Amino acid sequence: MDGVHVDGVERIFRGRSRRDDVVALRGMDLCAAPGEIVAVVGASGCGKSTLLELICGLQAPDAGSVSADPAVLLPQRDLLLPWASALDNAALALRVRGVPAARARDEARPWFERFGLAGFERARPAELSGGMRQRVAFVRTLLAGKPVLALDEPFAALDALTRQEMQGWLARALAEEPRTVVLVTHDVEEAVVLGDRVVVMSPRPGRAVAELDVALPRPRHRTDASVVALREQALQALGAPA
Amino acid sequence: MRRFAGVLVAASIVLALLGAWELYAVLGPVDPLLLPAPHDVARSLWQDRVLLWENFTVTAGEVLLGILVAGAAGFACAIALHLSLALRRSVYPLLVASQTIPIPIVAALLVVWLGFDIAPKLVIIGLVSFFPIVVTTLDALARVDPELIKLLRTLDAPRLAVMRHVELPAALPGLFSGAKIGVTVAVIGAVFAEQAGSSSGLGHLVQQAIPQLLTARAYAAVLILSAFAIALFGLLTLAERMLVPWAHHPPR
Repeated sequence: MDGVHVDGVERIFRGRSRRDDVVALRGMDLCAAPGEIVAVVGASGCGKSTLLELICGLQAPDAGSVSADPAVLLPQRDLLLPWASALDNAALALRVRGVPAARARDEARPWFERFGLAGFERARPAELSGGMRQRVAFVRTLLAGKPVLALDEPFAALDALTRQEMQGWLARALAEEPRTVVLVTHDVEEAVVLGDRVVVMSPRPGRAVAELDVALPRPRHRTDASVVALREQALQALGAPA
Repeated sequence: MRRFAGVLVAASIVLALLGAWELYAVLGPVDPLLLPAPHDVARSLWQDRVLLWENFTVTAGEVLLGILVAGAAGFACAIALHLSLALRRSVYPLLVASQTIPIPIVAALLVVWLGFDIAPKLVIIGLVSFFPIVVTTLDALARVDPELIKLLRTLDAPRLAVMRHVELPAALPGLFSGAKIGVTVAVIGAVFAEQAGSSSGLGHLVQQAIPQLLTARAYAAVLILSAFAIALFGLLTLAERMLVPWAHHPPR
């Protein structure tokens, strides 16, 4: 187990000509120790999603190196299958690896109890609220059984109230089921509330420009003075007017 | 209530058309041998009911079997095209070209090759209704969210598992859309196929009725074919609602 190490990574998306090339990342460094929650914040288009795909092995860097324990992606949209029940959606992580349906469901069921989804096993995604759907997606991610979770703005599609609720929920879930987490978000507050460490990225080409240790006890609230102070620091590093 | 209003509107349109047709056929300049009035067609429907029914069962059997063949072949072909870019580049244009061949030309050839029984009819019905099924199924496959495919890759899903758990179910609504278009052209295909060489079926009946100046009977046969196509379309819509309900309740 060695967590995640991203060293001096460059990633260029080739255009039709040299001039059309898009440099998504240049000189990007990031590491996450096993069990650590690293929140990465940056403006839209700074290469955050590219970073996660590199960590998940969906892309290869053009320069530098990425070494990571096996990672699984939790995308911004829940991407649940509309035809399958909530339970089958979570169990998909096992089904695609050839686990028979009955066994996959049996393995998924206890997670529904633990993560506030009991009673919704048979519901279709269309019958669930946005927050519920994202919980099902999170269970699917955990059932993949990988040490690293790559969370790509997992709550960006939710309304503000649900987002806060889900942040609290995720903090508790990760306390119960520790994983190495790289959480990408453009919500600085979310980064400070959830992360052990916050990495601030520059606009494209993205690289880490600041790092903040969030040595605060949990549960954290967005209104805590220390959370607010860290949030200001992070915003300053982002170059936003405080 | 809304549904009732819909039926009412459809019924008034049909009635208005029938009325205009009746007036034109009775009072207009056209010979009744060219255009029978609706009441003549209705009479033929009743008087020739045994004859019409016997021939209908033949055509209906051809169409049903043909659409099944087209559905299976179209679905399989769409999957093959989806899996292989090379096939998509090479075979897809040929499929498009195959749709431009006038049916009567190949129909005669197929009769020579395959004889007078059901085989050449199935080939022709398959040929015409297969294409919309391929196109709509292939589109449904292409619309699978690329983010979902990425997610499945991080779940270590092999290609076959992606196909089985995600792409096949996602393709079903496309199959149904294609089949709904397919049944209507299948009926036309059956008529052409029967006219190229057969001894029964509504298409055959039409072909025999016209030179005998039994135009009303030919129109009655066409009416039955339309009603059959509508019924098949309705059945497919019903099956679609039951089998792929998610296609009608998009999550967002």
